[in-house]
Amino acid sequence: MTCVAERSQEQAVVDLKARAKSLRRHVLRMAEVVGQGYAGQGLGIADLLAVLYFHEMRYDAVRLDWPDRDRFVLSIGHYSIGLYAALAEAGVFPIEELDTYGMDGSRLEMSGSEATPGFEMTGGSLGHGLSQAVGMALGVRLDGRESRVFNLLSDGELQEGSTWEAAMAGAHYRLDNLFAFIDCNGQQADGPPYKIMNSEPVQEKWAAFGWHTQRVDGNDISAILSAIDLALEVHDQPHAIILDTMMGRGVPLFEQREKNHFIRIEPNEWHIAREQLEVGTP
Amino acid sequence: MSGTLLVNSWKWGHPETMRTGVTGTLLSADPASAGAVVSAPFGHALVRAAEQNTRIVGLTADLGKYTDMHLFAERFPERFFQVGMAEQNLIGIAAGFARTGFVPFASTYCVFATRRAYDFIAIGAALGMANVKIIAGLPGLTTGYGGTHQGIDDLALMRSIPNLVVIDPCDATETAQAVDAIARYEGPVYMRLLRGEVPIVLDPNTYSFEIGKAKLLRDGADLAFISTGLMTGRVLEAAAYLAGEGIQASVLHISTLKPFDVSAVLSLVSRVRIVVTAENHAVSGGLASAVADAVTDAGVGIRLKRIGVPDCFCESGSLPYLAKRYRMDTESIIETAIEHLELQLGLGY
Ligand SMILES: Cc1ncc(C[n+]2csc(CCOP(=O)(O)OP(=O)(O)O)c2C)c(N)n1
Repeated sequence: MTCVAERSQEQAVVDLKARAKSLRRHVLRMAEVVGQGYAGQGLGIADLLAVLYFHEMRYDAVRLDWPDRDRFVLSIGHYSIGLYAALAEAGVFPIEELDTYGMDGSRLEMSGSEATPGFEMTGGSLGHGLSQAVGMALGVRLDGRESRVFNLLSDGELQEGSTWEAAMAGAHYRLDNLFAFIDCNGQQADGPPYKIMNSEPVQEKWAAFGWHTQRVDGNDISAILSAIDLALEVHDQPHAIILDTMMGRGVPLFEQREKNHFIRIEPNEWHIAREQLEVGTP
Repeated sequence: MSGTLLVNSWKWGHPETMRTGVTGTLLSADPASAGAVVSAPFGHALVRAAEQNTRIVGLTADLGKYTDMHLFAERFPERFFQVGMAEQNLIGIAAGFARTGFVPFASTYCVFATRRAYDFIAIGAALGMANVKIIAGLPGLTTGYGGTHQGIDDLALMRSIPNLVVIDPCDATETAQAVDAIARYEGPVYMRLLRGEVPIVLDPNTYSFEIGKAKLLRDGADLAFISTGLMTGRVLEAAAYLAGEGIQASVLHISTLKPFDVSAVLSLVSRVRIVVTAENHAVSGGLASAVADAVTDAGVGIRLKRIGVPDCFCESGSLPYLAKRYRMDTESIIETAIEHLELQLGLGY
């Protein structure tokens, strides 16, 4: 019995790694069109999006307004490149539409909004996501639905006061249907968070606010899966899963490059990036 | 009107990152003309002011590099305070500095300063005349990032706060002069920021910025343009083109939205009744509304056409696309002016 369970877990990890790679391929495809386009963020968060959209979340790609769906709430509008990849891969819109990313008249905006199917809200003015996620978690609970709400926020957003107002509310209302994934990629606009405005110790802060907390390698699919499984066992508390991720993950050229909010990418480097992604571990 | 525009049309964006038809990847996508530009006029002017006045401190909310505040931070690291991405805290801390006798310059994007930190500006800074200078990047359609980043309502919001001085400079010359003026002015100021490679529209040898003073940049009896911010550059181009077509237009540039130079407006519209306003902002609540207030209070009738962002959240996209889409590029200004003029003359004005 355990053998079968283990094997299926192993198989899930293999499948999800392939998904994540596919998402990364889409990210490079989009970023190349605009010459940059937050490739680093899209690559860094691909593992979480693979787990959520192709394993954990219940949704219907052809009936996006299904009231019992789980909701993914993207606070960080500029990470939309990653979400576009996941939504296209999930069949919400055609893969070819990804080629319009950032173009005039496209619904795949550089800083994403609810103009795009599959977006539950408009992020980008940072620090909105968790409040809306709290509201959604309260709303679905009041309606007696099983839906869960998964919010992705950034380490930069930990500096906005609104994030902590929402964190307090999530614990106050014992929202165990609420999951906050905090992408600690160690970057924000003016430099690394520890220099800009230190938010560590992040895990202790969430714990002090009354959340069930874990901190894992956000580019390790098994670790993300286990963290979610563990969180699902915990009741009467919202769940904070802090993800240590690497901007540009999957493309060593980008991983190693000095970066902050942007990774500098020369026009002749895209083919190297694509090759490195293909030869890398699945 | 068809045919090509003969005057230099305004060019946008960093040449190396902008490709026509694609949203600029830099958060700082800002105007850069084919003509002369000055790099980071705000940052350099702030450094000069701070060399004179040791009470000046600089603050930003994770946007130092994107508001040219990094130049101040490099020159005066001990007088620079990074508050992280926390705009309410930014304005609150600045107000605290002001109350201990410092002259804080606080920078972020205009949407985040005005929408998120509104209460902190109104009560923390303006109510008690705290000496806070708010420097607000990405005004209007100088970013392709859509509703979250385009500051289309900041002038309306800021103009409605008592005690606050509100400035929308048109170019590098005026930006530099305005920094010097607001550093010396005692009281809260909101200034829109053009950053990066900023065009020169006004001659630094002849132009002189004064808080609260509009400047007549061109005189003509057929039509009066009244403009603010970067629209003044385009309006001057439009007026030059119209002159070639035999239409003489005045251009009154009003960079201080508050306090508003009512007498300059009234003296112009007493001579020229057909008026076109142009602002890099919603057509309600900003310059056009200030003009309408002024003439209404004076009981003067004018024929007004408002150019600016209509009552909507704008699309994402490249800056030339957006300017055209919302009819705010030079060519559209010319077309609108001619249509308005013909309509009014047809009506007997
Ligand atoms: C409320 C608000 N303030 C400022 C900004 C401008 N801004 C956009 S991204 C960014 C950096 C944020 O860092 P983080 O969210 O950690 O993103 P990362 O650099 O990891 O992509 C800032 C300051 C914004 N979008 N929203």
